[in-house]
Amino acid sequence: MIMENNYISMKNINKSFGKVVANRNVNLSVSQGEIHALLGENGSGKSTLMNMLSGVYTPDSGSIFIKGEEVQFAAPKDAIKAGIGMIYQHFKLIDVLTAKENIILGQKNSFFLNEKALSEKIREMTVRFGLDIDPDKKVYNMSVGEKQTLEILKVLYRGAEILILDEPTAVLTPQETEKLFKIMRKMKEEGCAVIFITHKMNEVMEVADRITVLRKGETVKTVEKSATNPKHLAELMMGCPVDLSIKRIETEKSKVAIEVRNLSAVNVEGVEVLKGMNFEIYSGEILGVAGIAGSGQKELCEAIVGLHPVKQGEIIFNGENLVGKSPAEIITKGISLSFIPEDRLGMGLVASMDIVNNVVLKLYQKQKGIFINRKPAEQKSMEIIERLSIQTPGIKHPVRMLSGGNIQKVLLGRELDSKPQVLITAYPVRGLDVNSCYTIYDLLNEEKQKGVAVLYIGEDLDVLLELCDRIMVICAGEITGIVDARDTTKETIGLMMTGAVNLNREGEKSEYDNANYN
Amino acid sequence: MEAAVSFLHAAIVAGTPLLFATLGEIITERSGNLNLGVEGMMLMGAVIGFMVGLATESAVLALLAAMIAGAGGALIYAFLTITLRANQIVSGLTLTIFGSGFADFVGQDLIGQIAPEKLRMFFRPYSLPVLGDIPFIGQVLFRQDVFVYLGYLTAILLGIYLFKTSVGMNLRSIGENPGAADAAGINVTLYKYFHTLLGGALCGLGGAYLSLVYVPALQEGVTAGRGWIAVALVIFATWNPYKAIFGAYLFGGLDIIGFRIQNLGINVSQYFIDMLPYLVTITVLVVVSMRKSREKAGPKACGIPYFREER
Repeated sequence: MIMENNYISMKNINKSFGKVVANRNVNLSVSQGEIHALLGENGSGKSTLMNMLSGVYTPDSGSIFIKGEEVQFAAPKDAIKAGIGMIYQHFKLIDVLTAKENIILGQKNSFFLNEKALSEKIREMTVRFGLDIDPDKKVYNMSVGEKQTLEILKVLYRGAEILILDEPTAVLTPQETEKLFKIMRKMKEEGCAVIFITHKMNEVMEVADRITVLRKGETVKTVEKSATNPKHLAELMMGCPVDLSIKRIETEKSKVAIEVRNLSAVNVEGVEVLKGMNFEIYSGEILGVAGIAGSGQKELCEAIVGLHPVKQGEIIFNGENLVGKSPAEIITKGISLSFIPEDRLGMGLVASMDIVNNVVLKLYQKQKGIFINRKPAEQKSMEIIERLSIQTPGIKHPVRMLSGGNIQKVLLGRELDSKPQVLITAYPVRGLDVNSCYTIYDLLNEEKQKGVAVLYIGEDLDVLLELCDRIMVICAGEITGIVDARDTTKETIGLMMTGAVNLNREGEKSEYDNANYN
Repeated sequence: MEAAVSFLHAAIVAGTPLLFATLGEIITERSGNLNLGVEGMMLMGAVIGFMVGLATESAVLALLAAMIAGAGGALIYAFLTITLRANQIVSGLTLTIFGSGFADFVGQDLIGQIAPEKLRMFFRPYSLPVLGDIPFIGQVLFRQDVFVYLGYLTAILLGIYLFKTSVGMNLRSIGENPGAADAAGINVTLYKYFHTLLGGALCGLGGAYLSLVYVPALQEGVTAGRGWIAVALVIFATWNPYKAIFGAYLFGGLDIIGFRIQNLGINVSQYFIDMLPYLVTITVLVVVSMRKSREKAGPKACGIPYFREER
């Protein structure tokens, strides 16, 4: 039997959500002691497939075999019993509990909690697996890296032999990623099967033994790492040849478009989220912002466009201080924000409205009278659809019904249409397929060429390094350095992201001169 | 001194129905269900408990019946919100309206009847040996009826359950993040049902105290808005059963302070006094809303129906 060689085997799996087919006849087999990468674009069905292996979703049809035996999971509990441990992309941790409590959650514990004995046992495990965690630390006080370590420890505590990691590196610094890969290799040595979901080719090449590529919910192929290369994998993912390099258009050194001086802000809880930020963006440059999620990116964007109150400092645009001005005034001056929040629709677009009405939202204030004239907006919507090749049944279709990539294009298209002098984009490619990403990069480059100052808040350091002119690194609301993207490395940026290196604190003045755009 | 003991003693009596209802709502909300049907469940408990008490003259049966009635009300809510994933606010409000209608309908022929002598004797104040002789504290706390003692016991047991046992920890996790709890292998649906029903049973007990001990007779709308105060008290107590004891007796005091002031010969409008508990409730909510601690912010997933396969 073939089954006996395979530790895990998923056969002809189908799963639909309403009319959307997430998995169609997917096959996957994983052996013991291997790191198996599951590669595919967003929406290719990787997470759905793994959620079925971990009992969160139930397959519509198909069968799952673990160690040659067919299993049927009604709930995550059953999968845990079968030795499957999943580390979810969005951590499944209880914020107000300690690390220890999260680990034993849902386990067959004695009725009364024996705190001391548990701490001991967990310390033992951390030593054995080389994981570093304080059992009594509350989750809400933890960094993203710590949370992930905790998730892994939690899964190991339950005796998992099959470890599934869903895009584990998306939120990690390069150093944390290295650490994670070390842990994964250790698991492999211990005889576990590790399934690693990602869409980053270089990580696959570094850590995986075999790779299964998914495309649009179907299995494309399983390949040995030794028999492939990033270009080949990208082609399998996309289904057509692709060019993976991002162009950086060189522009003339130009004037300062917007200058931020000593900017500080606090959030509703009174915590300082921006700490004395000093930087400027030149016309015709893309200034990248790198930082661990939640380091103040959102607040910075919002402060510039007047959505977040500023405690002190100045934002100077055309010789005028923008602090204290209303968002409407700031927009009229030519500053535009396209913020793609995690849920895409939370900010910027009204999900249930069609493209025309969403365009009207930024247009109607310029019109006279109490009735809205939709004609100009319809005209504009057609232009945006054509220019960004947006896939939609029509301009009267609710944006909620469009795919993520198309929603983002609508948002960006509307913002670009107002011909801004400063464009602030946060995570504009989040969740997009590779082709759409490149459309967006091209658009940003186009704006840059026109002399627009672009602030690009990104997640993928590789992209930041290739696309941007300078990269500003922030850590806990503080700028830890502004570096030229042409002569810096991922590792340097990673160290600045954690605050281990702070270029601004050692000789503030000189650093600014070095970092200046040239 | 004498007056203080008498006032505090009465405050505890008046606070006991609030305590049961608050504890019930705490345990319900800890499972992520915001059940605004407290008033309705209390009324159901009040009328059913009274009827069974009248028919059987057995305190135990009366209390059991009140618990079942409250849990029955909670079952309607649980089915709507957990199984059908209906809106929790609307379901809760509906339950309150249903409960008051149910109580009026079922109890219409019994309105004005007084609780049977045997039950009134059973629920008469009883001084605990030794404890009851402690000056002041003993006089206030330990010369009460069995129902009040049951209140102390329930609050303490629930506190231990919630904070010291693994089952309680699982419950707290569900209120915070049902997705994470589910992934950890906890049966979210079972926990939600069980604790919502348990909460309803406690609300039913709170109602029964009013009709069997406090008044002790069946009146129309005997709860008089106490269910709503209990909902606010949950926030006041930061979802903590121990703090609920303090909150409930404080509001019990507010409930009776009017009579006491009038007894002293000070003329205050009865309507103003009736307003007092609600005024304080509003004040408490304002103060509590300004609280910034993360752990006292209440169960994060409270009010949101849980569906595992949601995308």
